[in-house]
Amino acid sequence: MNKFGYSLSPASVINLDNADKIKFKELIDLEPDVLKCMACGSCVSSCSAVNFTNSSLRSAILSLQNGLPEKAYEYLKGCMLCGKCTMICPRGINTRRLIISIFQTYNFKK
Amino acid sequence: MAIKNIVVIGGGPAGLEASAQLHYMGYNVFLIEKNDKLGGHLGKWDRLFPQGIQSEELLNPLIKNTAGVKTFVNTEVVNINKLEKQYNIILSNGITILARAVLFATGFDLFPASKKEEYGYGIYDKVITNADLEIFFRTKSDSRIVNPLKIGFVHCVGSRDEKTGNRQCSKVCCATAVKQACEIKEVFPNAEVICFYMDLRMFGRKYEDLYLTAQKKYGVRFIRGRVSEVGENINHQLIVKAEDTLSSKPLKVTLDLLVLMCGMNNSSEGIKTASLIGLKADEDGFFETLNPMQGSIFSHKKGVFYAGAATGPKTLPETINEGRAAAICINNYIKEEINE
Amino acid sequence: MIYEGKKKIWKDYQKEIPDDHYFYVRSCIRQTLFPASEKTFLDITRNKLHKDFFETEHHTTCGGIAYHSDVIPQETVMTIIARQFALMKKYGYENYVCSCITSFGLYTETLETWHEFPQLQEKTAENLWKSCKLEFTKPKYLAHSSDIIYKFRNLIAEQAKYKLINQYTGEPLKVVEHIGCHYSKMFPSKGFGGAEYPYVLAGMIEAWGGEVVDYPERRHCCGFGFRQYLVKANRGYSISNTHKKFESMEPFKPDMIITNCPGCPYFLDRWQYAIAEMEGKTYGENGHGIPVFTYEEVAGLVMGYNPWDLGLQNHQIGTEILLDKIGIPYDPNMKYKGLNNKDLGIPEFPSCIK
Repeated sequence: MNKFGYSLSPASVINLDNADKIKFKELIDLEPDVLKCMACGSCVSSCSAVNFTNSSLRSAILSLQNGLPEKAYEYLKGCMLCGKCTMICPRGINTRRLIISIFQTYNFKK
Repeated sequence: MAIKNIVVIGGGPAGLEASAQLHYMGYNVFLIEKNDKLGGHLGKWDRLFPQGIQSEELLNPLIKNTAGVKTFVNTEVVNINKLEKQYNIILSNGITILARAVLFATGFDLFPASKKEEYGYGIYDKVITNADLEIFFRTKSDSRIVNPLKIGFVHCVGSRDEKTGNRQCSKVCCATAVKQACEIKEVFPNAEVICFYMDLRMFGRKYEDLYLTAQKKYGVRFIRGRVSEVGENINHQLIVKAEDTLSSKPLKVTLDLLVLMCGMNNSSEGIKTASLIGLKADEDGFFETLNPMQGSIFSHKKGVFYAGAATGPKTLPETINEGRAAAICINNYIKEEINE
Repeated sequence: MIYEGKKKIWKDYQKEIPDDHYFYVRSCIRQTLFPASEKTFLDITRNKLHKDFFETEHHTTCGGIAYHSDVIPQETVMTIIARQFALMKKYGYENYVCSCITSFGLYTETLETWHEFPQLQEKTAENLWKSCKLEFTKPKYLAHSSDIIYKFRNLIAEQAKYKLINQYTGEPLKVVEHIGCHYSKMFPSKGFGGAEYPYVLAGMIEAWGGEVVDYPERRHCCGFGFRQYLVKANRGYSISNTHKKFESMEPFKPDMIITNCPGCPYFLDRWQYAIAEMEGKTYGENGHGIPVFTYEEVAGLVMGYNPWDLGLQNHQIGTEILLDKIGIPYDPNMKYKGLNNKDLGIPEFPSCIK
């Protein structure tokens, strides 16, 4: 702590220059359909875990694109792989498999 | 009535199509073009969305079909006087035409990008417009485009922007941006491409397919947020700021090239010419039509008609259809006049 | 960067201001923190350029700090401003020039408000009469004092003894120009060069031999932001904004910063110390900070004023490094001597920054 009683506030800005593109490329190679997401939010609105966790596949994909895998993990750790979002996704993304692929690529703990 | 003269002002797609149709119907058509070449903006474009058809494939037949039309290039309308049932049109080449009907196919001006000062067009070397990029696609040469690794597209430049005086959506820029994003990936396969959009208006047939292709095949990143300001770092790269509104966080990124998707303004020359007979632009700058639903071809003056982007931003198929529709409306108008 | 493009924009944002006979009002912050700057302004305009700049001790604050801190309402501010205009009228002036950017913004805002809502001007006239028995007229021309120095920049250059050139390398000094937010961000047409690429300070830098640094965060606030600093709980935001600016300008290695606002030179100067203390980071060469100046100080320096008469000893960041670069002589022994060589005492120096 410094003597001023206040300090520099952490920047909230997303700096895309720092995003890990190599990892995201690995994910694309494993699961090309991740690119098809158009952020409609159907996956979140139909999610059976969303009422009691902050699950959001949409936000998780966005966080990965923005280079924030820790945040993506927070959005996915409550997922029970029920697969309901797979039924709903209008772009036909195999969301269940995508979530597993994200866990594998980014070494998320289950 | 012996006079079968019709004057078409503007040699872009709408004017060309209308002239060809009117000529086919047997009228004596005079096509007036202020530039030295026919084709308007289409003549400067490379490929067209959504299928990527070469602009020449569309433009060449349009021009060929006007073979019997009396065409004046490098010519402007100096004056128009309304006589009882005709218009007397004086051209800058000294010719005067007595015409039964006049068609304004005066098209649009590209929004002047330097008006959005915060984007730095004309100030930062690596900021270009959609029109500049089309020229690059045609010529493959632009000193500003040197192996860019990170490229951004800014949608809605001079559109949906009251401060620039343009509240309207320019309609074609979203599809153009997505098309250009794919094309530039073809030229620079290793580049990262980002589109900054507010709403993605992929309304037309096969446009959504183009969007999907951009995402899936070319990996174009779509960030929902309007670019707020552009600066230049010490390496002359662009620092671009926007909000990623889907994650509610400000975002910045360093880019090697930024393409501004300039929208459409009504043609300033067209407005000047129309004011000669007292025709006015609406508050959005485009010409006021007689009836927004059924009468978009008709002006408030009998015998004066509109076709194309002069009455609002339009796609090419719409513009060409309007040129055709204008020919029918003019034909009907003259027939009715004769029967009266 | 395409210089011609900027020149085109500068041409679009020019305003007419007369070159003589002004009613001058001081700034609360500047007469406290940079009193020599205002003194220098009057000395340059009156004694070097031989212009008529009148001031009276009867003028007050414009109310800007209280207004922007949400302490007093607009009605009060407009009445205070009307009183200043009444003084201008009383002394027979039509051209009004203020030393403060916040005041300039507030005067502009008030004049625009009265233009759009004439009934508010009438109401203000009534308030002024009730409270002070005074009547006012609006100034014919409103200028900020940096506009005046900008206008006379070439005359100053003609009289200059020094140029903003590094005497060791012969290269122009790299100068960051920082414009007060209220100069033209609210009304771009009221400032020389507009809001995006203001020319008021850039013009001085060019005229006096320096080179303007265009860095990505040039538009950003200095960090003062009124409540950001005035409320202690918000001070982290204040210094974070300043930090952002310095991080952005750092790669360009600026030799100096020049400002036209009361708060900016203070915050850009003092926060460099606080950042050094917190983060251990300095932005100048070899543990130095980047010296920060008011435009009057820079005008005074190029015209050959004694640095200590310009008040440079009041800066946190030592200015000697820049004086050496330009080749301006100074007597280190006189740095902390006041009027008639009175010893002012030597302040304690931080170890984290020079």
